[in-house]
Amino acid sequence: MKANTHFAFFDEGSKKEIRRATLKAVAIPGYQVPFASREMPIARGWGTGGLQLTLSLIGKQDVLKVIDQGADESVNAVSIKKLVQKTTGIKVTEQTEKADLIQSRHRIPEVPLTKDQILVLQVPMPEPLRAVEAREYMTKRMHSEDDYSGVWLMLFEQIMKYGKTATAADHPVYVNGRYVMAPSPIPRFDNPKMHQSEALILLGAGREKKIYAVPPHTDVASLAFEDYPFQKESFEGIHCHLCGAEGVFMDELVDQETGKTTHQCNDTSFCMEQLNKQQKAEVASVYG
Amino acid sequence: MDETPILQVRNLHKQFGPGCSHCTDLDADHLEKNFCTSCGTVYAVRDVSLDLYAGEILGVVGESGSGKSTLMQCLYFDTDVTAGAASINVPHLAGENVFGLSSQQKRAIRNHDFGMVYQNPIHGLKMDFSSIGNIAEKLIAAGSRRVDEMEATGKRLLENVQIPLHRMKEEPRNFSGGMQQRVQIAKALSNNPPILFLDEVTTGLDLSVQANVLDLIKKIQRDLGISMVVVSHDLAVIRMLADRTVVMLNGEIIEQGLTDQVLEDPQHHYTQQLVYSLL
Repeated sequence: MKANTHFAFFDEGSKKEIRRATLKAVAIPGYQVPFASREMPIARGWGTGGLQLTLSLIGKQDVLKVIDQGADESVNAVSIKKLVQKTTGIKVTEQTEKADLIQSRHRIPEVPLTKDQILVLQVPMPEPLRAVEAREYMTKRMHSEDDYSGVWLMLFEQIMKYGKTATAADHPVYVNGRYVMAPSPIPRFDNPKMHQSEALILLGAGREKKIYAVPPHTDVASLAFEDYPFQKESFEGIHCHLCGAEGVFMDELVDQETGKTTHQCNDTSFCMEQLNKQQKAEVASVYG
Repeated sequence: MDETPILQVRNLHKQFGPGCSHCTDLDADHLEKNFCTSCGTVYAVRDVSLDLYAGEILGVVGESGSGKSTLMQCLYFDTDVTAGAASINVPHLAGENVFGLSSQQKRAIRNHDFGMVYQNPIHGLKMDFSSIGNIAEKLIAAGSRRVDEMEATGKRLLENVQIPLHRMKEEPRNFSGGMQQRVQIAKALSNNPPILFLDEVTTGLDLSVQANVLDLIKKIQRDLGISMVVVSHDLAVIRMLADRTVVMLNGEIIEQGLTDQVLEDPQHHYTQQLVYSLL
């Protein structure tokens, strides 16, 4: 831990401001609360929103987990972990169930979260209406008037063009029956995990200077037309080539030479855990 | 006519600027046209009252700057009025001054009870969404959440306005002016609105296309019995479409009556000038 930095990088005034915005966000589920996004030692667009939430929330007893698209060891996750660790001295973990605070980019872990955990998601584009309306004062007005025909129109256009909704990630959701929210670019596979979540979910957009939240036990419904129901990615008949897991979000790997595709758990810590369990069982069966 | 009008407008005012001691007394002759020379306030619409009855077409004529379009924008809630009242004779709005409603309620009226066709299709259409999507937008706004129903309605409307269905997924930006205008009409009609506003719909279209669009409007009125307010500076358009006509000058209505009456026997000297300069 560096001697001359403040605990958790920020001065107390900054943490207070971010926490205040966070409290407001929790009080109004799905509403984007503007906040004074700070200059961070990483570039905007690399998770500064999530990082600011993490730094303002973390306490000395907390254990942190950082994931980048499902991976604990990717450069971005490692850098963020290092920064938090160096400025706080807290413990980090890769095991989902051992973490108090989980900062994530583009995934919600496979292991179900508990009421003692907080999930922080990094958000590049918090405004679900931006594609239909470029002006912020107009989107604010549309949110306030519950005017979401633009978001629906986008989905309708996709159905007209591709025969289905073509949102690969960041499929818009209705939060608590009121605000339409961008769930951050998580795959559709993770959208249902937000519904009635045990854990508090906070979303931070550093570049766009917005914080919003899905409090525990809040209704989160993915937008879908009556005759085109919401569907998450299907991985039927596919299993992880490392641990053999099924029914989790998979990465598709293509062998450049043979052209063969294999699948692998996207959540690396989940995959590792499965492998460890299998090995333990194997060892126990041989030596036990 | 014995029935109550479907749209009733009373003493509508719209001014741009605060007004000054010089010009607030409207009777005094301090204005140059509708413009105050001392404070720069523009009195775009002054004390306009009109009635629109079910199934009729009301024409609004006048020169550029006479306040026709501003009047339309006020009626369609595109801009706030300075003063005045309007009531719409539909069950859930009876007796209500619609100018006093919240913006959310106004949006509901636009989505359910009004249709608007602008002179420039850019204002009425989303140019980078498909034509069918543009029609669906209005249906979605009015609460529809079924793709198959919206697609069927969209197709029927596009057929009505003679847009070939193989182009329905194309963006209106690829279309000619006349086609864009017809897509706009289809969109405006999507919710079977009782009231339709048409603002200079044929201006800028060539004559054969103009005739097509006018035919279409006439046919819609006959088949669906929709009430329309048609703004135009083209007296031929008004003569063909409108049952009754009001003539505007400098923000005021200077003459009104049956279209034939107004055009054949104009009373106000401006209307006389207008009619004779055309003939």
